[in-house]
Amino acid sequence: MRSWSIGRRLTLLLAGVAALLSVLSWGMVTSLAQQAAERTQDNVLAASATTIAETLRSEQGEVRLELPYSAFSMLGAIGQDRVFYRVAAGPDLLTGYEDLPAPAGLATPGAVSFDTDTYGGEEIRMATITRLVLAGPGPVPVTVSVAQTRNGVARISAELSRTAALLSVAFFVVAVGLSAFAARASLRPLNEIAAAVSRRGPSDLRPLRRPAPQELEPLLSSLNRLMDRLGQSIRRSEDFIAEAAHRVRTPLATVRTQAEIALRTVGDETEKHRLRGIIRAVDESSRSAGQLLDHATVAFRAEDLSRDPVDLADLAVQTAAALEPTAAMKDIRLRVEAEPAQVMGDAVLLDNALRNVLDNAIKYSPEDTTVVLRVDTQGREARLTIRDEGPGLGDGPVEALTERFRRGANTGGIVGSGLGLTIARDVLQAHGGRLHLQTAEEGKGTCVTLALPLS
Amino acid sequence: MRYLLVEDNRELAEAIIGRLALDGHAVDHAASLSEAEDWLATAGYDLILLDVMLPDGDGRDFLARSRAHLETPVIVLTARSQVSDRVGALDMGADDYITKPFDFSELEARCRAVLRRRGGAARNQVALGEALFDPLAGTLSHGGVTIELRNREIRLLEVFTRNPGHILSKSQLMDRLFAQDADVTENAIEVYVGRLRRRIDGMGVRIETVRGLGYRMEMGGP
Repeated sequence: MRSWSIGRRLTLLLAGVAALLSVLSWGMVTSLAQQAAERTQDNVLAASATTIAETLRSEQGEVRLELPYSAFSMLGAIGQDRVFYRVAAGPDLLTGYEDLPAPAGLATPGAVSFDTDTYGGEEIRMATITRLVLAGPGPVPVTVSVAQTRNGVARISAELSRTAALLSVAFFVVAVGLSAFAARASLRPLNEIAAAVSRRGPSDLRPLRRPAPQELEPLLSSLNRLMDRLGQSIRRSEDFIAEAAHRVRTPLATVRTQAEIALRTVGDETEKHRLRGIIRAVDESSRSAGQLLDHATVAFRAEDLSRDPVDLADLAVQTAAALEPTAAMKDIRLRVEAEPAQVMGDAVLLDNALRNVLDNAIKYSPEDTTVVLRVDTQGREARLTIRDEGPGLGDGPVEALTERFRRGANTGGIVGSGLGLTIARDVLQAHGGRLHLQTAEEGKGTCVTLALPLS
Repeated sequence: MRYLLVEDNRELAEAIIGRLALDGHAVDHAASLSEAEDWLATAGYDLILLDVMLPDGDGRDFLARSRAHLETPVIVLTARSQVSDRVGALDMGADDYITKPFDFSELEARCRAVLRRRGGAARNQVALGEALFDPLAGTLSHGGVTIELRNREIRLLEVFTRNPGHILSKSQLMDRLFAQDADVTENAIEVYVGRLRRRIDGMGVRIETVRGLGYRMEMGGP
């Protein structure tokens, strides 16, 4: 299972924090708004009650009062709420709504107390003030209560709460965006390092030298240590392979030399035949060793191809020149008929592929014949065709000849490892091309085509 | 031609020297890089055959070091055959390379190819009756006409011109003409001698058959 990306984790974490903060701030704003609205109502109710209480006076032993308009007009400021009041001297109602709930607890004279209650099925808030008025025998406690329904307060709080919620959501959205940006920004050095590593060629194992944030230093230095170790181990195994080849080939060279010297001094035809057998076996061993190494090299390089412009015509001319002495030993002429055909690829590998095919052609051609290398283009394909005048490919399945260690049925006594065509095919496949084998039209000679996409 | 062979394997070196001497080349042998430098300080060479792994260093390093002031063509002898090694040797200024173990015929063929590419000044023509034979270019000039010979014809004519008046056995000629792993019969020699006879017809030289022994080239009249 893939673990979550750091970027996503970081974004989610930051977004989570933002969500929490949004909800908290929304809650706080809402409750503050509620409180503020309530306090405003309380203040107004208190002012209203006080205004009424201030009109209380004693007249002929009776408590009198006026209901000033202003006491109620100030309450009108808060929405469409209904207002109730009651003024009572002791247990006697002076004016107002008799059934208005009585304030809980006895208030101290002069102080305003507040109650929340229900009246007529609606929630009300009520301010109550008590004053002592001298009437008759002694002071009478007169209670002035002013109440108001709370619809306006609820509406204001709801409105404020909605605004707060909108703001919170907006804050959350912005915070998530910023989180994603921050996550990406903080991961950028990491991505840059990754890009720098993946841009590199297959054999570029130099240490990465680039400024990195402190947190990435350990990663960078272990990456560099790893590359260093990798480089060392590749060098070691390359050296080992080269050394192994050297160790195998040097004594083979000696055996071959001795056999050649013996061949020259021995007169008997049977002995000569045996010595030639030895030489052939030596050649086969050294060829096989070489091709095994080539095969390994091709497999290694093909995994990460370098792609440079290569002109197949140049390649044909150069490789033909390199193999010309080998061909001359059998009086075989190499004729190149080439028109420019540009492809993208690894010149070393393509040369290796062509060399193997051409080597085969020379090996299986009779003496004093011609091998033709032809480069042309057909459609979007560049084709390099090598045609010899050899015995052809025989009757077996043609494509099977590119299988590893597979050799044709009619190879006779010719030395071969059966890897040459495999190497060529692998190289072409790595380039998105193909290797095509066929016996030439007249039934004599082999036609091998290296086809590659034109660049 | 004067060759310098830098090779620490004594047996291989002796065999190469013996083989090159058959063609009339003088070969100096160095078994290490320091010996090679000594030889190079005292004499000029037409071609250097350089082994890669020597007791006192890598032949390719030597090549890279001396390439700047060394005009002589170099063929690298190597037991390393990896693609990268081959490219490396040529990049470092070698003219060609040959992978050990090799066939002497191939070594000769490569030497000739390199000398032909680099040559010009070092060309030595051989008077052959009324004709001029250029072994490097592989041409035969007679009466204003130059004909190109095939590789084996050149080899055969070269062997004959180096040994005028000597009887050369079919077996000797086979050794010089064919790779050792080629299973050819002595009849092949008859074919090539026949072909060569037609080539040099009327040039004032003749290849005689010495019954039971082989062939002999007479530089005399018809």
